[in-house]
Amino acid sequence: MTRSDVQLMLDVKAGDDASFDLLLQKYRRPLVNFLYRMVRDTATAEDLAQEVFLRVYRARKQYSPSAKFTTWLFRIATNLALNSVRDNRHRQKDVSIDAASSPDEDAAPMQLPAPEMRIDEHMIERDRADYIRKVISELPEKQRVAVLLHKYEEMDYAEIARILECSESALKSLLFRAYETLRVQLAPLVNASASRREGSQS
Amino acid sequence: MKCEDVSKELIPYLDRRSNSADRHEVEEHLAICVACRTRAEELRTLWSVLDEVPIVEPSLGFDARMRARIAEEPQPRWFRWFVPQPRLAMAMALLLAVSVWITRLPQDNSGLPGSVQNEQQQFQVIKNLDVLENYDVLSKFDALDEVPADEQPAPQPDQQNDQQQQQE
Ligand SMILES: [Zn+2]
Repeated sequence: MTRSDVQLMLDVKAGDDASFDLLLQKYRRPLVNFLYRMVRDTATAEDLAQEVFLRVYRARKQYSPSAKFTTWLFRIATNLALNSVRDNRHRQKDVSIDAASSPDEDAAPMQLPAPEMRIDEHMIERDRADYIRKVISELPEKQRVAVLLHKYEEMDYAEIARILECSESALKSLLFRAYETLRVQLAPLVNASASRREGSQS
Repeated sequence: MKCEDVSKELIPYLDRRSNSADRHEVEEHLAICVACRTRAEELRTLWSVLDEVPIVEPSLGFDARMRARIAEEPQPRWFRWFVPQPRLAMAMALLLAVSVWITRLPQDNSGLPGSVQNEQQQFQVIKNLDVLENYDVLSKFDALDEVPADEQPAPQPDQQNDQQQQQE
């Protein structure tokens, strides 16, 4: 019988480090990937993932199962990633998640792909992936987190809303705006992919 | 439903992760509106494009590094709960020594007349118990507080020998 995440964490609280190892095995991969998509640097992503696990471990004695384990885990990860990104940009703004929801967030500048880079169906796979990551990373902070948790972690609305500390309806708007931006930015890839699909269907 | 309302419900409709009651309304609208149907198709394609981003694997040393950092974390000291103070530890050690000494007495002095032996015995026990209750004696152990437990001198054996010599 497999123990739930909450049960594993309660066992860690009771002093069982082996249970912590099970949580590590289960979540290091999604966590490293989430953080990599946030910061776009593998070494930084791994450092941050270690920091997330360390914080979870240090907080074990105070752990109470009031929320899903993943909500807690990804909340810590989101905060650390956003701080890291902000530090990287040498900004000295308020670092809470809410600071990201300022009215001008939609006006964030969207960089265009380098002119020598051809954005079409002939792009080699690695370049396509890099380009997609880049476009995602240029979304406003809150939209970016929403997309990553929605698309790649496949979380439900209630959980993402809790991680972002917003209402579900606000989350729906965030996702709507984020995917609209991505649809426009990735239009060459989307259209190529769509026409390829039509071609294979007929 | 208008196109504007549908577009906001389109993502929850397509990902099937929302249990809102709007599913039927969205479906009805999509059946009659080409623009929204196209948008829905584009969203699906966008998601398949986003899936092209490969999964990265944590480096091989990730777990080892993590375990090393966990091992460095201070562990809760359960033994402190049993022995909170050196003074109490010393008192407990003395009490143990006294009880060992009491159990050994009858064997060592089996040749002596019963009544005399009993009086002596009781006197010694009372004398030793006084030591435990004497605050001045115990407070002198404060000087030992900073000495690690395994380096503390153990006065019990000498005490025992003295007492046995006294009786012989
Ligand atoms: Zn419509």
